[in-house]
Amino acid sequence: MKIGLYPGCSFEGSAREYAESLHAIAPRLGLELEEIEGWNCCGASSAHVMDRKLSLALPASILARAEQRKINEMVVPCAACFNRLASTKVELGQSEAIRQEITALLEMPYAGTTAVRNILEVLVTVLTPEVLKSFPDTFPHKVVCYYGCLLVRPKSVAHEERIEDPTQMDELMKRIGAKPLEWAMKTECCGASFSITRTDIVGRLSGRILEDATERGAEAIIVACPMCHSNLDMRRKDIEHTTGKKFTIPILYITQAIGIALGLTPTQLGLQRHFVPAALEGKSKVQPKPPVGVKVAV
Amino acid sequence: MSRVGVFVCHCGENIGSTVDCEKVSKTCASIPGVACSVDYKYMCSDPGQNLIRAAIKENNLTGVVVAACSPRMHEPTFRKTCAAVGLNPYMCEMANLREQCSWVHTGSDATTEKAIDLVSMMVEKVKRNKPLYSIKVPVTRTALVIGGGIAGIQAALDIANAGQKVVLVEREASIGGHMSQLSETFPTLDCSQCILTPRMVEVAQSPNITLYTYSEVESLTGFIGNFTARIRKKARGIDEKACTGCGDCSTACPIKKNPSEFNVGLGMRSAIYIPFPQAVPNKPVIDRARCSYYLRGKCQFCVTKCPANAIRLEQEDELIDISVGSVVVSTGFNVVDTSFFPEYGYGKYKDVISGLQFERLLSASGPTLGEVKRPSDGQVPKKIVFIACAGSRDPAKGIEYCSKICCMYTAKHAMLYKHKVHDGDAYVFYMDIRAGGKGYDEFVRRAIEEDDVNYVRGRVSRVYERKGKLVVRGVDTLLGAQQMEIEADMVVLATAGVANAGAEELAQKLHVSYDSHHFFAEAHPKLRPVETNTAGIFLAGACQSPKDIPDSVSQASAAASKVLGMFSSDELTREPVIAVVNRSAPPVYSTCVGCFMCQSACPFQAIERDEIKARDGRVIKTVAKVNPGLCQGCGTCVAFCRSKSIDLQGFSNEQVYAEVMELMS
Repeated sequence: MKIGLYPGCSFEGSAREYAESLHAIAPRLGLELEEIEGWNCCGASSAHVMDRKLSLALPASILARAEQRKINEMVVPCAACFNRLASTKVELGQSEAIRQEITALLEMPYAGTTAVRNILEVLVTVLTPEVLKSFPDTFPHKVVCYYGCLLVRPKSVAHEERIEDPTQMDELMKRIGAKPLEWAMKTECCGASFSITRTDIVGRLSGRILEDATERGAEAIIVACPMCHSNLDMRRKDIEHTTGKKFTIPILYITQAIGIALGLTPTQLGLQRHFVPAALEGKSKVQPKPPVGVKVAV
Repeated sequence: MSRVGVFVCHCGENIGSTVDCEKVSKTCASIPGVACSVDYKYMCSDPGQNLIRAAIKENNLTGVVVAACSPRMHEPTFRKTCAAVGLNPYMCEMANLREQCSWVHTGSDATTEKAIDLVSMMVEKVKRNKPLYSIKVPVTRTALVIGGGIAGIQAALDIANAGQKVVLVEREASIGGHMSQLSETFPTLDCSQCILTPRMVEVAQSPNITLYTYSEVESLTGFIGNFTARIRKKARGIDEKACTGCGDCSTACPIKKNPSEFNVGLGMRSAIYIPFPQAVPNKPVIDRARCSYYLRGKCQFCVTKCPANAIRLEQEDELIDISVGSVVVSTGFNVVDTSFFPEYGYGKYKDVISGLQFERLLSASGPTLGEVKRPSDGQVPKKIVFIACAGSRDPAKGIEYCSKICCMYTAKHAMLYKHKVHDGDAYVFYMDIRAGGKGYDEFVRRAIEEDDVNYVRGRVSRVYERKGKLVVRGVDTLLGAQQMEIEADMVVLATAGVANAGAEELAQKLHVSYDSHHFFAEAHPKLRPVETNTAGIFLAGACQSPKDIPDSVSQASAAASKVLGMFSSDELTREPVIAVVNRSAPPVYSTCVGCFMCQSACPFQAIERDEIKARDGRVIKTVAKVNPGLCQGCGTCVAFCRSKSIDLQGFSNEQVYAEVMELMS
């Protein structure tokens, strides 16, 4: 399956391991990623609070470029980028006047023909039973899936029916042999971009997430958003400072968990880049043969 | 030649201060065909009416135009005035100078000119009016009451006790409805069963009531006074006459783990069961979707154990046709399930329950025999959070309206909980407290002040489970939007009241209108609250909107009195404002070409096929015919008719064109 890729800024910086792990697993899942040529910033958390036109024009420019390359479907691994691109597509689709205004600004045609998918939608499609058969290992760990705020909201943009209790990531974890646990913080706020300005707020909000995950006995928190990852992983010291508690639970990108089940090495998946050590291993599907002459209970 | 009288009313200052009434009457006197024209301060007063009567006699008038208020106000008054001196009442028309002129314009020459136009139009119409005679329709003096909750029971008893016949149809196996599930009732805390069951028994014993339970209305045809209802009596699987209601069959039944509808899933029942101990009739029913005999063809334990040999496994549904004169719809409502709330766990937490489920926990006949025990582990909850407006008043949930009963029953729940668990804590999260009603606000104050229920004004954003507790995260908006987290043992959601399942389908069968939430629509929200737009069909109880018991009972009695009013004479009198298909002498017979576009257009199924036959019985032509009992005079068929063969009596094309031509001239 050939699909466009909008990496976004974090793929080249704070979320390099997300990029590395996605590129590492893609060929094994039959995914051919084509990066959108000449892509620009999506506007992220700043543009839409400052200038409405800018907040639409930036993502529209990316979508228009994808159209020029005749890309019908595009994966946006960052949840914030996904939200901006998908929201823009909805808004431009709803109003012809806005569409004309923005295309005039871009000096590029925009028809809205490129579908915008988040990482979960794509993985749910490609992780078919046949593909899973080719996995040498499983990922036999108790995990909690953390969706955050933007992956499944708002309802008009994301294609998620159960916005307060999404299940796609849990389903993917089950497919690779993990045990997703019930927990309370699936869609709670991690503090988002307060990561830069108010680390105490991030400490309090992300602290609750780590606390609930730890209490429920999870071995890892699985995420699909660079912002969530950096708050829960990179800001671990600040969280511990604010809450006065120690947390050891590692934070894994969903692509890393799948990579482990594919038998890829930690370096291939960028696991060494984490602030909190993530030493989770896969388990081979092939049971080692018992030594000759030893009876085994069946 | 017409001799029309024009009577211009000042309506005190209502018309007189804005319209020059004297000028209107003087100008209209010169319209051809107007025999007299006068103005007077209050035309509806006795002297005013005397003035009209005298003028009719003196000038031998053939028509009257009263230029005053809306015909909705006084048309009947003035028509009676005319009839008193022998003028056909339908020769009297009103020009609306008040609502359509003086009230909506400021005083000026143009306003007076408009008033003159309005009167002139009516004069042209009256010149073409024909005498009409009210229609008589015979009445079948039996009422059909659909739904046997408290509203249906009340309506049926009121009608029956006045000496008229009633057929009461209930979908479930017993009458009683939601009221039978309730523990105690606000604001007096009397036991719901104690006040309801005597009425249920009265229904069963009344010689005037025929009760069909486990039955549904299949179809309703006919018109006011003359309906035919087809009732599907679903197969109970027992011979009701032979059955003694001993309950041995339920005891014998091995399929015991079926969620009990009566206990809203909190208890279990067998596959053959009597819904609850006080059920009327006290006869069991077989749930064929669960019974082993119907699923796997074996078992029959109930058959062997029944001492009366009353089990009839091969029984089939029975269809019964009955003739009724009027219908009372009292099919009630339901509450949404906890699974409707993603933020409160989609129904996956066992101890997050609905208000109706909590009623069952409080009820002596409930699964815990009235002890408050939480469903998950049977422990007595020491801390309960009640969440009011769960779903209601929330456009994001698609339910914009207030469910009306929740403020009161939540106060009652919290109060009863405190009465049963003295050391327990009760919290109520609310948006507003709406306790309008006799003794209602006092009741809520009592919960807060005497029973120490903690009322927190704010919403709950999320409920989740942690270490065996339900963490309720909300906000107290009266303490500066302070966030609060309560670790509760149980959460009760006052879930929104919604239209009952199948309400839309039933409304379509009965041809009554319903709103966007599938509640049945009344004919007028203030002045005709129990009538529907279909003549002869009335509403009672929560099928029209969520209601508490007093309101349901009041409306039921009102509907009963409407039915009894209809049954007070042998014939019904109706306004002759109905559509007619023209008929004429041979060889034309009628200009109707028999396309029956009108039939598909008519919202009331009032158009029939009529065969015009020669003397030898040969069919010459099939034309449309309007059933005067069904026609509501809406005029849709007139607009649809391609050959202009239909006219609305009193509003014929000729009359309406004459009005328009007068305005144009």
